[in-house]
Amino acid sequence: MSARLARIGFLAPIAVYLVLFFGYPLVSNITMAMREFTAASFYTGDAPFVGFENYAAVFGDPVFGTALLNTAVFTVASLAFQFAIGLALAVFFQRHFPLNGVLRSVLLLPWLLPLVVSGTVWRWIYDQEYGVLNQVLLSTGVIESEIPWLASTSVALTAVTVANIWVGIPFNMVILYGGLQGIPTQLYEAASLDGAGPWKRFTNITWPLLRPVSAVVLMLGLVYTLKVFDVIMVLTQGGPANATETLTTWAYSLSFGDLNFGAGAATGNLLIVLALVFAVLYLRSTRESAAAEQERS
Amino acid sequence: MHNELRNGARRLRAPSALLAAGLVTLGTACSPDEGEVTTLTSIDYNLAEPQNSSTQAMLDECGEQVGVEIERDAQPRDQLMPSLLQGASQQDLPDLMLVDNPDLPQVASTGALLPLDETGIDTGDFYDSTLEIGRHDGTLYGVTAGVNGLALFTNTAMLDDADVEPPATWDELGDAAEELTGDDTTGYAFSAIGNEEGTFNFEPFLWSNGGSLTELDSPEAVEALDFWARLVEDGSVSQSVVNWSQADVKDQFVGEHVAMMVNGSWQIPVLDEEGMDYDVAPLPVPESGDDPATPMGGEVWAIAQNGEEREERAVEVLQCLLSEENLTEWAELNAYVPPKEALAQQLAEDNPEMAPFVESVPTAQSRTAELGEDYPEVSGSIADAIQEALAGSGSAEEALSQAQQSVPTS
Repeated sequence: MSARLARIGFLAPIAVYLVLFFGYPLVSNITMAMREFTAASFYTGDAPFVGFENYAAVFGDPVFGTALLNTAVFTVASLAFQFAIGLALAVFFQRHFPLNGVLRSVLLLPWLLPLVVSGTVWRWIYDQEYGVLNQVLLSTGVIESEIPWLASTSVALTAVTVANIWVGIPFNMVILYGGLQGIPTQLYEAASLDGAGPWKRFTNITWPLLRPVSAVVLMLGLVYTLKVFDVIMVLTQGGPANATETLTTWAYSLSFGDLNFGAGAATGNLLIVLALVFAVLYLRSTRESAAAEQERS
Repeated sequence: MHNELRNGARRLRAPSALLAAGLVTLGTACSPDEGEVTTLTSIDYNLAEPQNSSTQAMLDECGEQVGVEIERDAQPRDQLMPSLLQGASQQDLPDLMLVDNPDLPQVASTGALLPLDETGIDTGDFYDSTLEIGRHDGTLYGVTAGVNGLALFTNTAMLDDADVEPPATWDELGDAAEELTGDDTTGYAFSAIGNEEGTFNFEPFLWSNGGSLTELDSPEAVEALDFWARLVEDGSVSQSVVNWSQADVKDQFVGEHVAMMVNGSWQIPVLDEEGMDYDVAPLPVPESGDDPATPMGGEVWAIAQNGEEREERAVEVLQCLLSEENLTEWAELNAYVPPKEALAQQLAEDNPEMAPFVESVPTAQSRTAELGEDYPEVSGSIADAIQEALAGSGSAEEALSQAQQSVPTS
């Protein structure tokens, strides 16, 4: 009996925490999305139930399509490049050379800087008239006239994505580097003896053995990227003309710009569902590979 | 060993129960204090100096005069509305609130504000236009202690060098901007950022051309936005203006990268501090002789319905904040226009650079007069349309007919 109580006692803090700080906001977000929730609702508590009207309004809004597409492009491009560059750097740093450790820590800097700081620096880099990027490109003759990186609807999303890739590379590199350390060196030695070149060794040893770590990195990266807010806010605020609006920034501007909290909550819920779908896919894939592992042994 | 673990578990249980109990009581701990009113609360977003300390000093002084202590809370500007809404949801708004005027209808629509018409607050010789920004559905909920507006700032030396007069009409503005554009400078700039600031800068052009906020797809509105888009296309205005706030525009002007700018009176102290040599002229109008129409900027004081006694005290404090002495001090500190006609005229005489702003006050329009609490959404759509026309592939006409869809039909 007292063992049972103890068990409950151990569980209670986390249960209370989850209910208070996760369950409650989630439930109120879901109910808020089904109400016509305006500034007045906060005071009067009067928010008429409208069912799925907020969702209909969100889906019907022309910005929704733009924001969804932007979110997809931003997330896929960020993940692909962060991962590829991070992996390349991780493999590079596996070799032994002087200053290896120092260089690796320097490469961590983008991850350590507050996002508002790196965002502001990127804003300067991208500045149309005085930014270093345009100056360099102009003086080397790559471009003929200044490109309005953040001020044109056609290139702003690319510019914002590049900045976000830069921010995410260190995270990918560090975790993948850790994963690489876990691969026994004997495998590489044996492979070299069998005559496997660097590419063969990478595809047959590194890549398959790194898969569990890669899955974690990509999953975490996906969640981080879906909810990226500060980088976009500092660089473009979702503009010009919604060219860099993602579901996250749009949810914010619906709630705190238009003060249309119902629609903002509905958009937020769509984001949660999106992240959840990928989380479930990830969990299933790890369960399957774990099961396969057990069968093998 | 086994026993020790057990004990450990038992010891742990008590704190977790305490924690849970603590969380429950937190919710009920704060309730309004009863009895004699000795303190009032107030909120504003005057965090920058010297406004910060002068707001504090004025509140302290007026509190002392009325016999209450005022607990002031100053928030960053973009945190003020969320913090007011949070307060509203607990039925616990500050007694005195200094709110940006386009946000007032949102707060007033909650029903939490005290109607000020019958409180005896003296607004006798106020300009009508300055009272309009405090009204919601015909009732006065907010009174301003100073208003601001937009005008054309010109770099004196740059205009002299190019032998250009400050423009008064759109055609002159276009010519002057082109003339003043060089290798390292653009002739003209305004904020076209994707929020209220961009809309605020566009409104004088929309209105003085005969357009309105409820018919965004009218030919007058399209013509106004076309005028902006052409300036960007010609290169007389940098396309980067779609990312420039009014403060960014001011920085470009101070850095002499821009020869003329649209900006508010509140930049005057900043420009003076930078030692700039500049002139201020009323915003150019479409044709000479057209009436200028600038949007009224500035904050209004509002009072929460927190019970009769607190309201009475808050009204007394507000009355003190609106004394001629305080209005003048406030206007001089912020480069705002006092809402009282006599004071405003005096200010224009003493400070010639304030004259264009004082001149614009009687005809300045309230942004929320037509749309009320729907204004934020429409304002957002207008900002999007401006950006689409300036930085995107769409024409002004397409962009504005898109924006028109956000205007409520009833």
